[in-house]
Amino acid sequence: MFKEEIKGSLYIALKDLKMYYFKPPNLSWGIMFPIVMALAFILRNPSGVKDLASGLIAISILFAATSAEAIVIVFERRTKTFERLLLAPLSLQAILFGKVIGGVIFGFLMSSIFLVGSVIFLGVPFSNTVFLLGSLALSAFVFSTFGTLVSVAVKEIFDAMTLANFFRFPMIFLCGVFIPVSALPSFLHPLAYALPLTYSVDLIRFFITGSYDIVHPAVSVVVLIIYSTVLFYLSVWVLKRRIEK
Amino acid sequence: MGSDSIIEVSDLTKFYRDFSAVNHINFKVNGGEIFGFLGPNGAGKTTTIKILTGLIQPTEGTATIQGKDIRTHIVEIKKIIGVVTEDSNLYDELSVFDNLRFVGQLYGVSQGNRDKRIGELLKRFDLESKREAKFATLSKGMKRKVTIAAALIHSPQVVFLDEPTTGLDVLSARILRAMIKELKALGVTVFLTTHYIEEAAQLCDRVAILVNGTIKTVDTPGNLIATTNSKNLEEAFIEITGLKEEIMLVDKEGKR
Repeated sequence: MFKEEIKGSLYIALKDLKMYYFKPPNLSWGIMFPIVMALAFILRNPSGVKDLASGLIAISILFAATSAEAIVIVFERRTKTFERLLLAPLSLQAILFGKVIGGVIFGFLMSSIFLVGSVIFLGVPFSNTVFLLGSLALSAFVFSTFGTLVSVAVKEIFDAMTLANFFRFPMIFLCGVFIPVSALPSFLHPLAYALPLTYSVDLIRFFITGSYDIVHPAVSVVVLIIYSTVLFYLSVWVLKRRIEK
Repeated sequence: MGSDSIIEVSDLTKFYRDFSAVNHINFKVNGGEIFGFLGPNGAGKTTTIKILTGLIQPTEGTATIQGKDIRTHIVEIKKIIGVVTEDSNLYDELSVFDNLRFVGQLYGVSQGNRDKRIGELLKRFDLESKREAKFATLSKGMKRKVTIAAALIHSPQVVFLDEPTTGLDVLSARILRAMIKELKALGVTVFLTTHYIEEAAQLCDRVAILVNGTIKTVDTPGNLIATTNSKNLEEAFIEITGLKEEIMLVDKEGKR
């Protein structure tokens, strides 16, 4: 039973990757947006590339994992194709897990490209490949579940983008992407500590620079796992309620 | 009826806040029959299908399909049922073959069986030439055929068809009716909702008539015609649903 559910989830993820992810608008959000941001900051301060790399890789995951994820379910609900998935012999958890995995794979791939580019072209070092890739995957999981929650919470695609950006853009400035959280005014700390991107940036930073800004990497891992779990089950709960309406 | 019933519905009720879409309905569907579920718009037909296929939960009551309770064994039930919803809900971007393959994957049909089954279905539904065509490019009739083929990919024992011929031209509708008869010949139980009473008269072994979420009667078309002293099933339907006065009023208004 569990094996069938996992297989079903993977088929959903593969279908989503083929249909929605590797499309120009998505690639532009996943690659172009972080590149433009990177160039802007690198041109301003060429010596700070190493410090910026972790934040830029983290936002590439954030945008890649959420850009399609946040609209996929709302789009499929409008076209009635989501009903096709609901009719399949899979639990709601398996269906949503498939949706999440699509975002995770795309987020991971995009950030890996960004990581390789940073190493080759900008000379960014890294300390532990396995853990670094693991931190990219974990971050992709968190942001993909965030995208899923957005997608099940709204009725229109436009609303999905608005809601996703309501969280994504402030996160760029509050979570240590460009300015370390420790350097932010203290009144912003509670907000920064409440957002998952903070832990993602800090974790990736540890495997690039060898030091962390706010919490030990183990704490970041635990926080990101908790975020993923909560966001995933919240998505399941919200979707169940939406279907019953 | 009784031991050979494949669907058993008892006291099934669905409330949306204060509105009762389905209200304590009871009926049984025999294995291998075409069971018509008729009623005016808003009678609760689609809600009943949604409950029986696990899309929504009942507020009260229960139903079993092949002895399995929809509240507790819905995943197992979904393996033995095929569903054709009112809308052709396949993926526009995917080809006919890719759509069928994806649905086969969701139902756990092994790769060897899947490809063989897709080949059979494409042949049976005369879709071989459309194998690589994108779903979006097909005509409405073709889309319905592919949607029905998708519902049959895992060789289900029960097929739910919700308004399958609505919006189709005469020829496509005829072809679909022939397919429904073919399903029965293959031993598949068909649960059919339709607005076309003549279609139900042609196809169904028994029909249930639903009005405002309540079942008025369940019987064979022949018995319904006889007990209501009607000329045909449409007249019997009008009599049973109480639409006679409304229709007379519409006719009168139309003559003015």
